[in-house]
Amino acid sequence: MFMSEDSDISLKLNKINNNTWELPCGYKAGMRVPGRLFLSPPLLEILEQGTLEQVANVATLPGIQKYSMAMPDAHLGYGFPIGGVAAFDREEGVISPGGVGFDINCGVRLIRSNLKENDVRPRMQDLLEELFHAIPSGVGSKSRLRVNDGQLDDIFINGARWAVENGYGVPKDVEMCESQGMMEGALIKQVSTKARQRGRPQLGTLGSGNHFLEVQYVDKIYDTKTADAFGLHEGQVTFMIHCGSRGAGHQICTDHLRTLTQASQKYKIDLPDKQLACAPTDSSEAQNYFGAMVCAANYAWANRQVIMHWAREVFQNFFQKDADELGMDLVYDVAHNVAKLEEHIIDNKKQEVYVHRKGATRAFPPGHPEIPAHYKDVGQPVLIPGSMGTASYVLHGTLDAMEISFGSACHGAGRVMSRAYAKREFKGEQIKRELSEMGISVRATQPALIAEEAPEVYKSSSEVVDVVHVLGIAKKVARLMPIGVVKG
Amino acid sequence: MPAEQKKYEYLDHTADAKFLAYGKTLEEAFGNAALAMSNVMIDTSTVSSTLSQYIDLTAEDLEGLLFDWLSEFLFLMDAENLIFGDFKVHSIKQEGGQFHLNATVYGEHIDPSRHMFDTEVKAATYNDIQVQPSADGWVLQAIVDI
Repeated sequence: MFMSEDSDISLKLNKINNNTWELPCGYKAGMRVPGRLFLSPPLLEILEQGTLEQVANVATLPGIQKYSMAMPDAHLGYGFPIGGVAAFDREEGVISPGGVGFDINCGVRLIRSNLKENDVRPRMQDLLEELFHAIPSGVGSKSRLRVNDGQLDDIFINGARWAVENGYGVPKDVEMCESQGMMEGALIKQVSTKARQRGRPQLGTLGSGNHFLEVQYVDKIYDTKTADAFGLHEGQVTFMIHCGSRGAGHQICTDHLRTLTQASQKYKIDLPDKQLACAPTDSSEAQNYFGAMVCAANYAWANRQVIMHWAREVFQNFFQKDADELGMDLVYDVAHNVAKLEEHIIDNKKQEVYVHRKGATRAFPPGHPEIPAHYKDVGQPVLIPGSMGTASYVLHGTLDAMEISFGSACHGAGRVMSRAYAKREFKGEQIKRELSEMGISVRATQPALIAEEAPEVYKSSSEVVDVVHVLGIAKKVARLMPIGVVKG
Repeated sequence: MPAEQKKYEYLDHTADAKFLAYGKTLEEAFGNAALAMSNVMIDTSTVSSTLSQYIDLTAEDLEGLLFDWLSEFLFLMDAENLIFGDFKVHSIKQEGGQFHLNATVYGEHIDPSRHMFDTEVKAATYNDIQVQPSADGWVLQAIVDI
């Protein structure tokens, strides 16, 4: 069964408030800090025992600050839970590839438009077909782009900027990306030949699994002032891209996980789970991984930028409107699998920490130097995609998030059912029909793929977002409803 | 069915794919682990053996060898557009504190018009990875990220 069989989870936790639970240090030997889970009582009820173990395991790692955290969408990962946030001191702490995940800088990009729901709904299936053909998805799909080694270096170093400089987009796109679509500190020598070979043919591809393109409309505004700043209003069509660094990122994580597994022994770090492999922040092993991770993160930003460019071309041709008329401007692009060196206030003192967000979104407040100037007064847009057929949300970052969760929020809905179970329970054609009755078109390479991402296999995105909203770590701005989905 | 006749079996896992692979010998169990992972992606009976590839790996322990072995096919899929359905592990030997694996694997170039993929495996993981002797030979456990 997909639900926890251990109904006593809440007995192991101390209730801090209705949506915050503490896992005490006494839960497991070696925990250096308590765990902290941000869950409503119904979400707590479906938490798996294994997720709790993973929160506890992360709490044993050297240099961890304040808490090992789990966001409301948390579920079982490998090593770190998905929906996990952990900050490690710059000097005393560690860096861990397991705290980032294999799909480095998997993330979400939201594009607004001047189109209205009624402009697209009657022609949705045709538009999806165009998008499906313009943007390769699924296993073994071939990109329209094939980059050489020199270009790959440039992409690893410059991310989305490379794409814009090469004609995929406009300069203001990069200003609207987290880290301006380019993290500093890329170490291209730490990217293996294998990672390069996987990266070369895949730039400009969506991938598969839970990755998607979605045509949506804004169906509800919660905060007009912030929505205005984000350029969002009711009835407007938006477009969302969810994908990551493809094989290049997977290989970079695979390669460095190997090295760091050995490094953990070398530095005598006691690991409750091999997938937690890590090394002291200033060790060559940790820094080499971090520099390679930056390369993958930048590749992912370039990837989403190229995909957005092709999507804009499709919309322009399809609606016979030019770029200005369409107004397909980037609202924001967030990473939800990445580690970053950030400054946070801990015990009333400024401290530099490596914040690992694995299935968690950065949620920086108004006035923070690392958010676009245009959003200075309202805070960073926090993009939370729903599962296929359910609402996505736009929120904004807050000062409370800096205090409560190292400026982090949830990243999506969070799975409650395995893909294998979903395939046994659902038939793709049936899900497609049900979605169609709800006014949502879906395009995938084959209908069977739709079953594994059926809306029922995820927690409710609304419930997850409500926890974040009530806690104040990000506040709701707008709700987006899907009209058409290209499933990767 | 007795356990020794079963090549592999899937265990339930919320986000990823977890499996056990069996073999009378370590070599057979490694072959079955590759088969289990490949069948997460595609029905391997639809993959023909039009080409073969020799694989030679070295790792410091058996878990590391299993991780590298599974990772190799994901690399070959992305970089060379190859999918395999038949895995013959010739030998796994321990020499000077290192484990060496030799294998020949059979498969073909991915053809989207014929090959129906269920999903893509992104990576092998170290999570709960196990290589254990059993009463009937060997049992391996792995979780792959999808």
